[in-house]
Amino acid sequence: MNLQFLADGVVMGALIGLGAVGVTLSYSILRFANFAHGEFIAWGTYMTLVLTTAISTLFGGHTGTIGPLSFGWPLLVAGVAAAALTGGLAVALDRLLFSKLRSKGNAIVMVMASFGASMALRSLLEFIFTSRPAYFTRDIQMAVPAGLGIRLTPDQFFLIFLTMIIVVVMDRFLSLSATGRAMRAVSENPILARVAGVDVERVIRATWIIAGILATASGVMLGVTVQIRPFMGFDLLLPLFAAAILGGIGSMSGAMLGGLIVGVAEAVAVQIVGADYRAAVAFLILIAVLLVKPSGLFGVRE
Amino acid sequence: MTRALLDVDTLEAGYEPGASIVRGVSLKVMAGEIVAVLGPNGAGKSTLIKAIAGLVSKFSGCVTLDGADITAAKVHELARRGLGFVPQTENVFTLMSVADNMRIAADVLPKASRSEQIDAMFELFPDLARQRQLAAGRLSGGQRQMLAVARALIAKPHIVMLDEASAGLSPKLVGQVFSKLAEIRAIGITILMVEQNAKAALALADRALILVEGAIAHEGPAKAIAADRSIGRLYLGARRSEGGA
Repeated sequence: MNLQFLADGVVMGALIGLGAVGVTLSYSILRFANFAHGEFIAWGTYMTLVLTTAISTLFGGHTGTIGPLSFGWPLLVAGVAAAALTGGLAVALDRLLFSKLRSKGNAIVMVMASFGASMALRSLLEFIFTSRPAYFTRDIQMAVPAGLGIRLTPDQFFLIFLTMIIVVVMDRFLSLSATGRAMRAVSENPILARVAGVDVERVIRATWIIAGILATASGVMLGVTVQIRPFMGFDLLLPLFAAAILGGIGSMSGAMLGGLIVGVAEAVAVQIVGADYRAAVAFLILIAVLLVKPSGLFGVRE
Repeated sequence: MTRALLDVDTLEAGYEPGASIVRGVSLKVMAGEIVAVLGPNGAGKSTLIKAIAGLVSKFSGCVTLDGADITAAKVHELARRGLGFVPQTENVFTLMSVADNMRIAADVLPKASRSEQIDAMFELFPDLARQRQLAAGRLSGGQRQMLAVARALIAKPHIVMLDEASAGLSPKLVGQVFSKLAEIRAIGITILMVEQNAKAALALADRALILVEGAIAHEGPAKAIAADRSIGRLYLGARRSEGGA
């Protein structure tokens, strides 16, 4: 049996997982499902594209590529800058919209507002860049053997490696840093966190910034391996929420594992029922988890 | 006359504007004192202490801590300004380890003194020190209450306010918690406690206030209130045969 689909599923699962970590963090700390998260993914990717182009142009297009990868250092530099900008975009959206609604304490209003923000951000992106797909590179990469009959492109190897680094850094950050501790505290009990001296507004800003950074990482991975479109984040929304809920809201490792399960399940479904039904897999997983174990694999809160 | 450490002046507070639960309460807590706020259910005791802690809206009046006006201070600033608060319920982070519960409170201190202060708390609460890696949700009721008190003490407060520290505890555990509070007072921490268990509170406190329908109905030395049978019968639910409060 050809296990190549597994490799595709793991790569897709890695980027779904990174996006789902952002979703689960914002859900557990801000206490609403942020539908605009998909737009952070798209905006982060387009900002990376614009900055990559600008840096390459600045250097006369002679920036080259890194080893066997399809991209050069401009993409990495642009990705870091775009991640910071997307974090800023998320904070700005919070300040302009969500913070004004948060004080009223109605989660449904917040969800609806995020849906509206999502449409506005997506339309703006489509207006600026049109709906035609864009690419970081059009080079075709040769896949190399990775064992068990699986072949991966150098870009895919790099993206899996990058995901592992981001997950370890995030885990250490949440476990050991004061901000990470404060985020866990606010996630569990915001009132007690305040009483204990945690500045919840600062934690909320940190959460938006991290969500923006992870969304950009996820989007750039999708852009490198597939293509860049204004709807790329919106199309990922269902898999992201399926992964976050499967892993258990508030659990970072759960979201990552959930992402891998959704990614691999989608790849398996493509083998069995064809690519047309790929999107239905995340929906089925979401419904099944909500019916059987609403708290998810590692969830701690109903 | 020495200045009060905590001074509450004609405080009106509650959950809905125009519907004050705390009605014109004034109280002073001097440094080193233990003051108990007692009263029947629904008297507004918890609302009063939550209003001082910034968790319930203050409609009018003034609260000063060590001479500084904290009436409009944000909740998270109060820990840094020397006011510790132990809520009645959900007063520890159950998913976090005992050590992380300590660390989260210590994060308000300068970096250099954090681990020293955590060690000092583990010395004061040796039972917690033995379980520092355990999730706080797995502690017994008494241990949780001790952790909640330790968490409030870690930021080196001038005063600690406790909302019904004895709630849900067995008489034996109440004794343990209250003897720990006596130890805490002995190291110079001032305590303002809201209590339903009047007998235990009056045995520990220096002074007491009786709150009825959001206003102070009586106040005086704890011993005098404990000995006054009429107060016990009128406000604290004591039966005729029990004598004092």
